[in-house]
Amino acid sequence: MIYLQLFLSYLKIGFFGFGGGYAMLSLIQNEMVTRHGWMTATELADIVAVSQMTPGPIAINCATYVGYTVTGNVWGSLLTTLAVCLPPLTLMVLITIFYNKLKSNRIMQSAMKWMKPMICGMIGAAALLFVNGTTFFDWKSYIIFVVCFLATWFKVDSILMICLSAVAGILLYV
Amino acid sequence: MKTLLQLFWAFFKIGAFTFGSGYAMIPMIEKEVVDRRKWFEKDEFYDQFALASSAPGPFALNTAVFVGYKIKGWWGSLAAVLGAVIPSFVIILVIAIYLTEFSDNRYVVAAFKGIRPAVIALIAVPFINMLKRLPWYFMVLGCAVAAVICYLGVSPIWFILVGAIIGVVLSFYEKPKIEKRGGAE
Repeated sequence: MIYLQLFLSYLKIGFFGFGGGYAMLSLIQNEMVTRHGWMTATELADIVAVSQMTPGPIAINCATYVGYTVTGNVWGSLLTTLAVCLPPLTLMVLITIFYNKLKSNRIMQSAMKWMKPMICGMIGAAALLFVNGTTFFDWKSYIIFVVCFLATWFKVDSILMICLSAVAGILLYV
Repeated sequence: MKTLLQLFWAFFKIGAFTFGSGYAMIPMIEKEVVDRRKWFEKDEFYDQFALASSAPGPFALNTAVFVGYKIKGWWGSLAAVLGAVIPSFVIILVIAIYLTEFSDNRYVVAAFKGIRPAVIALIAVPFINMLKRLPWYFMVLGCAVAAVICYLGVSPIWFILVGAIIGVVLSFYEKPKIEKRGGAE
């Protein structure tokens, strides 16, 4: 029953996916790579790259792609995409209805304040997990990383950067 | 029905023509929802967006939900969410099928060898930027959380729960800041 497990896993990812696409990555890693072993960290890194380069929100692109990779067919994609839509269609609807009560709620603000370092740590964990022998296998890959880090730091467009790093990869490794 | 289609179409365009994180989509959503359709006042839109970004799930979908809900209730939310999701779903599916086919191609293999270090840079920069804005004890906490999740394989869900619980408990001990406002609340 991989489909049911996949759906439940992605539902968890959706409902605890605070802080956007990159923070969600550490949840995806934990469920798909660490817990179930449905894909490798490298496969996930490739999915992230493609999700960044194609139109649409990263979180949704990732969900569709992860579903396809795990099951190898359209149904997996459909399930994970559906799962990632459910928190907005349930929780966010409630939040919208109770908007005026929640807007300046002290308890919620305090909870958000303490979740912030956790979300930050989740993003850090996502970056750390991709640091492995497959990514950094020779000195050239370290140079690509340093150049890309500086480029991102100085706000070079991320799609352009991924395209250039792909070109660099073809020139260096073919 | 016409409004539902308008909602669907507005978010379909946003899903099909914007790249990256939900935050990167704000200008386009604002243009469509505030300037073009006049569904929201600018301030109202940004107020609601702040709340949407603190809810779990993709920002883009949370935004689709609150915009859709205001215009046409739950069905409006559904129409907007479908609009935002369908372009991603179709495009990614085509790419996934195509790339799986060509995953042994030596040019594809080489390209991904170049891309992988770039992906780490792409995630590391927002991490450091977010870290920088936190007080020092939260910086330490953030780094510790990153290490524990990565090297011990602990689920991030526990950290979200613990953070939320600490926040809720502390809110009962902190003295409320009394804001003076005109008029009765």
